[in-house]
Amino acid sequence: MLRDPLRAALSIAGKDLRAELRSRELLGLMALFALLAILVFSFALELDRPGRKDAVSGVLWVTLLFASILGHNRSVALEREHGGFDALLLAPVARGAIFAGKLLANALFTLIIALLLLPLLTVLYNLPAFPPALLLIVPPGCLGLAAIGTLLAAMTVQTRARDSLLPVLLLPVALPLLVTALRASNAALGNLPETELQTWLLLLLLVDLIYLAAGFLLYESVLEA
Amino acid sequence: MKARTDVLVDVQGLVKVQGRLPVLRGLDLQLGRGTFVALLGPNGSGKSTLLRLLAGLARPDAGSIRIGGWQLPHELAAVRPHIGYVGHETLLYAHLDARENLRFCARLHALDEPEPRIRDLLRRVGLEHRAQEPVRHFSRGMQQRLAIARALLIDPALLLLDEPFDGLDSEGTEMLLHLLRSGRERSILMATHRHGLAEGLADRALFLRQGLVAGELSLADHAPGALAKRQAELTEAP
Repeated sequence: MLRDPLRAALSIAGKDLRAELRSRELLGLMALFALLAILVFSFALELDRPGRKDAVSGVLWVTLLFASILGHNRSVALEREHGGFDALLLAPVARGAIFAGKLLANALFTLIIALLLLPLLTVLYNLPAFPPALLLIVPPGCLGLAAIGTLLAAMTVQTRARDSLLPVLLLPVALPLLVTALRASNAALGNLPETELQTWLLLLLLVDLIYLAAGFLLYESVLEA
Repeated sequence: MKARTDVLVDVQGLVKVQGRLPVLRGLDLQLGRGTFVALLGPNGSGKSTLLRLLAGLARPDAGSIRIGGWQLPHELAAVRPHIGYVGHETLLYAHLDARENLRFCARLHALDEPEPRIRDLLRRVGLEHRAQEPVRHFSRGMQQRLAIARALLIDPALLLLDEPFDGLDSEGTEMLLHLLRSGRERSILMATHRHGLAEGLADRALFLRQGLVAGELSLADHAPGALAKRQAELTEAP
C-alpha cells in the first residue's frame, strides 16, 4: 500500500529534525559559518553607514546561500551514513514525498539560520530599525534555497566529488533566486523604490515555484538513476 | 501480490553493467514461494548486485525481473511493501534510537499499530533493554541485529539478505538462525560465504560466477560439506 504522501513527508522531515535535535551537527555548523561570514564581510567591506545599508541584503543572501550549501552537504553525508538513502528508496512512498520531507527539514534549518542572522545584521550593519517587510522575503527565499539544494544534493550524492560538486552546480542555478531575493530585500530596506518590493517578491515566488516543480518532477529520476 | 503462482521471483536475462564492467551477464533465476535459496560465489560474482536489483535499489541494463507478477522497475511501487532487505549497510539512522528507527520504518510502510510488533522484534533480536539508546552507541553486531529487525518489521513476502551473519557473535548467529527458521512461509534469497549456515537453512543453493548462475544444488538430502565440494568443482571448471 502506498502511504499518504503528506504523512510520509512529515515523517521524513520529523526524522531529520529529531536527528538534528540530538546531534546539533548541521545547525551548529551552519550557524557558526554564518556568524563568521557576516563578521568577515563586516570587516572586509569597511563601509560607511549608507554603504553598509546598501550591502546588507547582499551579505544576508550570500551568507545564507553558502550556509545552505554547507547544510546540504552535511545533511547528505548524514543520510548516506549507514545507507539512509537506500532506506528511503525501499519505502513504498512516492519519491515526491521524500523530496518534500527533505525539503521541509532543509528549509526549516535555513530559516532558523536566517532568523538568527537578521538581528545580528541589524546591529553589525547599523540598520536604523529591523524592517518587518524582510520577514515576507526571508521564508520564500529559504524555501527556494532548500528546494534547489535538496534536488542538487541528491544528484551529487552519487558522485565521488559530491562535496565540491554541489556548490559548482548550486551557485549558477541559484542565481535567479539570489537576484530576486536580494532585490526584494533591498526594496524592503528602502534602497529601492517601495513599489519594486511587490514585483521582486512575486518574481521570488515564481522562482520558488520553478524550483519546487523541478524538484517534484526530477527527484525520482535523480534518486533512482 | 498480483497473481498467485508458485514462482515469486522470475528473472530472465538480467544484465547490469557498472562503469564498463558487466557485473551480471544475462542471469536467469526463479524463486518459488516459501523457498529459501542461498546465493554462493566468489567476491565480484554479482551476488550483491543481484540482491540490490531485486530490492529495486538499482536499475537493470537489460533483462526482465518479475516479482509476484509485477514487472520491475515499472511496477516497483507495488512490490516495495513486500520486500525486506538487509544489505552491507544497516540502513539505520545513527542519531535515532533503536525503537525510533523501527517506528520510522513502520511509518513509511504505513503499518497499522506497529508497537506490539516493534516490541516483539526488539525482544527477539535481544535489544529490548537497549531500545532507547541511539544507534551510534551500538556495536556493529547490535546494529546488524537491528537491521534484521527492520527488514522483518514489514513481514515481507520476499526477504533479501546480503551476508546477514556478518558482524554477529555466536549468540546473534543463533538468534538469526532461529528467526529465519521460524519464518518459512516467506521466500528468502541469501547471499553468503558461510557454507555451513547455508546448508542448515536453504532448500537450494545457486552458485554465481562472473555474473551468471554457474550451477545449483538441491539441499533437501545433501551430505554435510556438499556445498563446499560443489563450489570447488565449479571454481576449477574452465
